[in-house]
Amino acid sequence: MDFFDRFAIPHPSPVIYASMVAIGLTVIVIIAGLTYFKKWGYLWSEWLTTVDHKRIGIMYLISALLMLFRGGVDAIMMRAQLAVPENKLLDAQHYNEIFTTHGVVMIIFMAMPFIMALMNFVVPLQIGARDVAFPRLNALSFWLFFMGAMLFNISFVIGGSPDAGWTSYFPLAGTEFSESVGSNYYMIAIQIAGIGTLMTGINFITTILKMRAPGMTLMKMPMFTWSALVTNAIIVFAFPVLTVLLAMGTMDRLFGTHFFTTTNGGMDMLWANFFWVWGHPEVYILILPAFGIYSEVISTFARRNLYGYKSMVGSMVIISLLSFLVWTHHFFTMGQGALTNSIFSITTMAIAVPTGVKLFNWLFTLWKGKIEVTTPMLYALLFIPTFTIGGVTGVMLGMSAADYQYHNTMFLVAHFHMVIIPGVVFAMLAGLTYYWPKMFGFMLNEKIGKFSAWIISMSTLLAFIPMFFSGLDGQARRMYTYSESTGFGPWNMVSFIGAAGLAVGFALIVYNIYYSTRYASRDIAADPWDARSLEWATHTPVPAYNFAILPHVNSSEALWDAKKHGHELFPGEYEKIHMPNNSGVPFIMSSIFFVWGFSFVFSLWIPLILTTIGIFVCMGLRSFEKDHGHYISVDEIEETENNLRGA
Amino acid sequence: MKWALLTLLFTIAAVLTGCEPLMVLDPKGPQAATQAKDIMLSIGIMSVIVLAVFGILIFMLTKYRASKQSKNYEPPHIEGSVLVETICVGIPVLIVIFLSIVSVQSNYKVEAKPTGYGDKEPLIIYASSSNWKWHFSYPEENIETVNYLYIPTDRPIEFKLYSYGPITSFWIPQLGGQKYAMSDMVNTLHLAADVPGEYMGRNANFSGKGFAENTFNVKAMSEDEFSKWVKEVKKTAKPLTEDKFAELLEPGHLGQSTYTGTHLGFLPPPEGENGGHNHGSSHSMKAEKNDPSNESSSESEHHHH
Repeated sequence: MDFFDRFAIPHPSPVIYASMVAIGLTVIVIIAGLTYFKKWGYLWSEWLTTVDHKRIGIMYLISALLMLFRGGVDAIMMRAQLAVPENKLLDAQHYNEIFTTHGVVMIIFMAMPFIMALMNFVVPLQIGARDVAFPRLNALSFWLFFMGAMLFNISFVIGGSPDAGWTSYFPLAGTEFSESVGSNYYMIAIQIAGIGTLMTGINFITTILKMRAPGMTLMKMPMFTWSALVTNAIIVFAFPVLTVLLAMGTMDRLFGTHFFTTTNGGMDMLWANFFWVWGHPEVYILILPAFGIYSEVISTFARRNLYGYKSMVGSMVIISLLSFLVWTHHFFTMGQGALTNSIFSITTMAIAVPTGVKLFNWLFTLWKGKIEVTTPMLYALLFIPTFTIGGVTGVMLGMSAADYQYHNTMFLVAHFHMVIIPGVVFAMLAGLTYYWPKMFGFMLNEKIGKFSAWIISMSTLLAFIPMFFSGLDGQARRMYTYSESTGFGPWNMVSFIGAAGLAVGFALIVYNIYYSTRYASRDIAADPWDARSLEWATHTPVPAYNFAILPHVNSSEALWDAKKHGHELFPGEYEKIHMPNNSGVPFIMSSIFFVWGFSFVFSLWIPLILTTIGIFVCMGLRSFEKDHGHYISVDEIEETENNLRGA
Repeated sequence: MKWALLTLLFTIAAVLTGCEPLMVLDPKGPQAATQAKDIMLSIGIMSVIVLAVFGILIFMLTKYRASKQSKNYEPPHIEGSVLVETICVGIPVLIVIFLSIVSVQSNYKVEAKPTGYGDKEPLIIYASSSNWKWHFSYPEENIETVNYLYIPTDRPIEFKLYSYGPITSFWIPQLGGQKYAMSDMVNTLHLAADVPGEYMGRNANFSGKGFAENTFNVKAMSEDEFSKWVKEVKKTAKPLTEDKFAELLEPGHLGQSTYTGTHLGFLPPPEGENGGHNHGSSHSMKAEKNDPSNESSSESEHHHH
């Protein structure tokens, strides 16, 4: 029985047992449903083995929404626990696990796949390509992310969740102070997902640099594609740091090395430095694609070209460089002295300049426009004031002497939520609503959409503005409780109401998806928003090959020019199209990775060795496989095109 | 609907801010005052920026809504103008330069012995954390306290911070901002209190299960009262033995307690200061040979487990 003891939850509670039952039942329902409706074959051939960037994008999207739900439940539990002083809803251990998983899930398994979803779906269409440069690698990226996410999520029912914070600072996260397997999950699950992300970085840089439509020079790329290029460049430079860091953490925890321990020369500061050398660029990995989405949405619904295209590109490049030069501001209080703090204080505040340029360019895009407030546009317009509040508090945090008072407090928590929620989450919801018709062939309901946008933005203010005050009043972050005499009670109650409002807002989005799936008209145009770039120039639903004839581009708004200035977008005749074949290897290899990770977490060495061999066998298979893809004949293209045009 | 929500929000904010002043903005010492001044200054400047952005946004939205324009209106193609871009870069650059100057000056202020106390020698206090307690050693007075801190007013105080475990952060909001206490390095934090009174002190950096209750009380009093207290402690308190200290280091929560003597003799803080790290066992073995007081350092590692 000793063998099985390790899988038990160290701190069980009724909520966790209920979750176990719920997870079990859901799995049974899914398996039974697939069997009853005879959908196993469909699932395998159309989704699990697909290498189509559009389908991979949709799978990323579904995962992101699921993880948003998971991370959101964590958030509600935290705010409920803190809503009143001395609350007994959660104990310290559960609270610690919940804020840890909230952070990891929201950043790594919600925000990341959300931007991956939009990049996957949109970038190839926007540059007039037929897929990404390495379609099978792209599938592997997705499945590695997915298996990493699943591995991380089973932690709270098997073996226990990590509880050292999403930053997982050592020595707290080391075996000296965290004995349970929780932090092993952190190290291994993020590692697996991170490898997938690194591959995406390489894949998209190659795609954007090598596969743009004829005529699309770099300075004629739509802004979202530019943001994707810069983002993936950051990924390629930042993620290897995370890979090494997690490997070192894993060795400390499982193999007795002393990189970060309190004894034998371990250095706890090393973890904090490495973590933020990756972690700060990571912030920009999330926010730049969001900026790209806003650029598309604001330009489309102001019915005007994007103001200051060149400075928009320039500011993103500058942000990407500066993002690697500010990591120390995450620990001004570590004792590196006035000089170091001064340097990093200045680089940190300097980021406000290019960010400000972007903000003003969006505002000037509205100038002389013909503004139409649709749901995506509403998110963009609500983003500007909310993000400004979050952004300027970032400048305040950048003043290192004052940061000694903000650090580790609710003020900081308020700041980064006021940046990430309007910056990333609003953008992803704007992008979701904006690209939904291209993905699924019908529009989401505008009325429900706008209503939820208002609820979500107002609830964001309600949830996070009070934290600025309670932080300045001395409330440290990550405290599972506080006494009534501190006076934090009312602030936290308001925050809880805001969090509940956010839950309502997200529930409304789910309802909107249900409602629109049922009632929305399927008879929509390929370009329902009257947009400007290439992704709207092809049919809805998008055929597998994206474009029957590769588009010819003369500006960053090729479709707009075609619509208004008689630019010929698709010159020439149909030719046979070369497309990649589906493959089961990415899914199988990632599934093996899942077992590999699980074995690693629980130090099951024999399965670990076997799965490691399995992974290499999969890579070997790919190396020796002669798969040259397939051709779609001209007849087939004609038939598809005629059908789509008729529809 | 939206206005109802907004009104609700502002009413709540108004009611809440009507209460006592926020701790960080109610400084009782020079370092906290420097920080509070920076905070208020930056809030002021940032408010102007926020208002400017709100203003431009409202202007654009009222003037250029589709519903306000004729159906045939075609928005023009505008590339952007060098003048506008220069202003958009220039003004933020000036603001950042100004804030940088303020920030750098304040950095050197909060990292140095507070001025204005004549040639008074700073009082040195070693503040070390263990799961989930604070130990305060007064080497010159040769006394030690747990979870409470008595300090004299109108005299610079130099805290030497380190940790017997996870990274913690020593924070007394009304006297000044926080700094980390770590196991492999001693950090120095300069504070001073100008007003006698009781203040909240805590560990601000998450350090595990007992983190929320990892607080301590601070009492600032006149120099006379402080020396009276020191004398009394020396008369009444029990000596701090090695065994007793090992017991105190056990993970858990403790009340307040007082001892004569300090743990600095038999369990010295990590070597070096501000950058002097304890690198590897070979280093400390060398130190042990030279310095008999380090003999117990290998023993110290047992306490960590």
